[in-house]
Amino acid sequence: MRLQIAAWGFIAPALLVIGVFFFLPVLAGVALSLTDFDIYALADLHNLRFVGLDNYLHLLRTPLFWQALGNTLYFVAVGVPLSIGLSLGAALLLHAKVARFKPFFRTALFAPVVTTLVAVAVVWRYLFQTRYGMVNYALGQIGINPLDWLGDPHLAMPTIILLAVWKNFGYNMMIFLANLQAVPEEVYEAARIDGATTFQQLLYVTLPMLKPTLILVGILTTAGYFQLFAEPYVMTQGGPLRSTVSVLYFMYEEGFKWWNLGTASTAAVLLFGLMLAVTWVLMRASKRGVDA
Amino acid sequence: MRQSFASVIVNGLLIGLAFVSLFPLLWMLSVSFMSPGEASSLPPPLLPESPTLANYRELFVRGGMLRYLMNSLLLATIVTLVSLLFNAMAGYAFAKLQFAGQQRLFKALIATLIIPGQVAMMPLFLLLKQMGLVNTYGGVIVPAMAGIFGIFLVRQYALSIPDEMLEAARLDGAGEFRIFASIIVPLIAPILASLAIFTFLGCWNDFMWPLIVLTDSRLHTLPVALASLSREHVQDSEMMMAGSVVTVLPVLAIFLALQKYYIRGLLVGSVKG
Repeated sequence: MRLQIAAWGFIAPALLVIGVFFFLPVLAGVALSLTDFDIYALADLHNLRFVGLDNYLHLLRTPLFWQALGNTLYFVAVGVPLSIGLSLGAALLLHAKVARFKPFFRTALFAPVVTTLVAVAVVWRYLFQTRYGMVNYALGQIGINPLDWLGDPHLAMPTIILLAVWKNFGYNMMIFLANLQAVPEEVYEAARIDGATTFQQLLYVTLPMLKPTLILVGILTTAGYFQLFAEPYVMTQGGPLRSTVSVLYFMYEEGFKWWNLGTASTAAVLLFGLMLAVTWVLMRASKRGVDA
Repeated sequence: MRQSFASVIVNGLLIGLAFVSLFPLLWMLSVSFMSPGEASSLPPPLLPESPTLANYRELFVRGGMLRYLMNSLLLATIVTLVSLLFNAMAGYAFAKLQFAGQQRLFKALIATLIIPGQVAMMPLFLLLKQMGLVNTYGGVIVPAMAGIFGIFLVRQYALSIPDEMLEAARLDGAGEFRIFASIIVPLIAPILASLAIFTFLGCWNDFMWPLIVLTDSRLHTLPVALASLSREHVQDSEMMMAGSVVTVLPVLAIFLALQKYYIRGLLVGSVKG
């Protein structure tokens, strides 16, 4: 009994913080998405009305919201595979027996992960500047005409994807590397005795061993990429032609620029629903893969 | 022969990747020492003609950078210390103290990790406004005083503490908090170090919430200040690079010094499946 009380005493502070400042607001967020909470309600709560699913219907008829959804899905669909592919490739290189100076390379490739996103987004903006940017200068050296990276609606999102991949790939690389190091050497030994080439070892030994990690990393990375916000905020302000407005950028403007906290909550709930759906699909697909 | 060919390919690719990873950071550092306007010339210079601290001086003397730096330091330090204590206590209790509903409560907490924090943002803002915490340091600190991920990290690590150790301490008549403070904390110190670095870097680098809750520019943290400076000073690449250096350097230094703990935390945290 004494222990029970002690246990609750230990848990109470954390639980209180999480309950009041996370669980409660999450539930309230769902409730808020069913109201017309706006700047008038902010001034006087009597102006608040329950509107049912009106916000949802309204958002689903708002072209900019669809565009934000499309932009976000584009960022996720291209960014996540690129990011994980690069992580895996880098981990395999670092794990290779012939690789030299491993601690240096590991730290160098991981460094972007710990940098501040806003700061590197600022750096990126100057590197990809049309006239004086290093990237266009380097491309010019090999005969490619300058590109308007952040000013062209077709290029702005790819540029942001490049930044995100550059910044994030080191994280999953570390996870892959730890898992690669956990594969016992005898397994490769056996494969070699059976005459497997290096490539076959990769395909039939390494990748199957990494599969559970790949699934987990895929789901976590996807969830992270759905939360695109700081890059467009700093680099493009959602432009050009709204081509880099993400769902969270839309939510931020709706909620904290126009003070439509009701519709902003609706956007957040819809994003959460979309993330759940995509996670579910990924899990289903990976299960099917295991059975096959 | 084949061996050396493979070695050239592998190491060549690694050098290429390291170059891509480090170039933007080194370029940022180099441009931050250039005189105003120097970077906007063709061909774009790689190194400053005559290195100068003028951009840093401008930022600190007139741009209020010291204030933002102090805000970031203060907020990250307080959040780290408080949340470390709360998460350590809760994580330990979930691992080593039996109580009714323990497993179910823990599973429920873990399940909610998939809820993106943004769903909570609008109501949280209203709640903090009611409490008078919007536009104060408290608006950043209070919601971050405990976290599910931190509790999880500590619990996983504390599970390996043998029960006999706690029994022996209890037989000696030690109180539960005493046991926690003098036996448990030293045992879980490595994971606390990992969690401390994670929390500190996370708080330092956080952008969206401080942007929302700290509207008064005197309270801005470095990322928020940098974002707003970069909107005003689009042409001043040298000064913006200096601002980026000030923002990135502290966390990069912490990471380099405490890399071992950081990686450990990352790996424990990644096996939550």
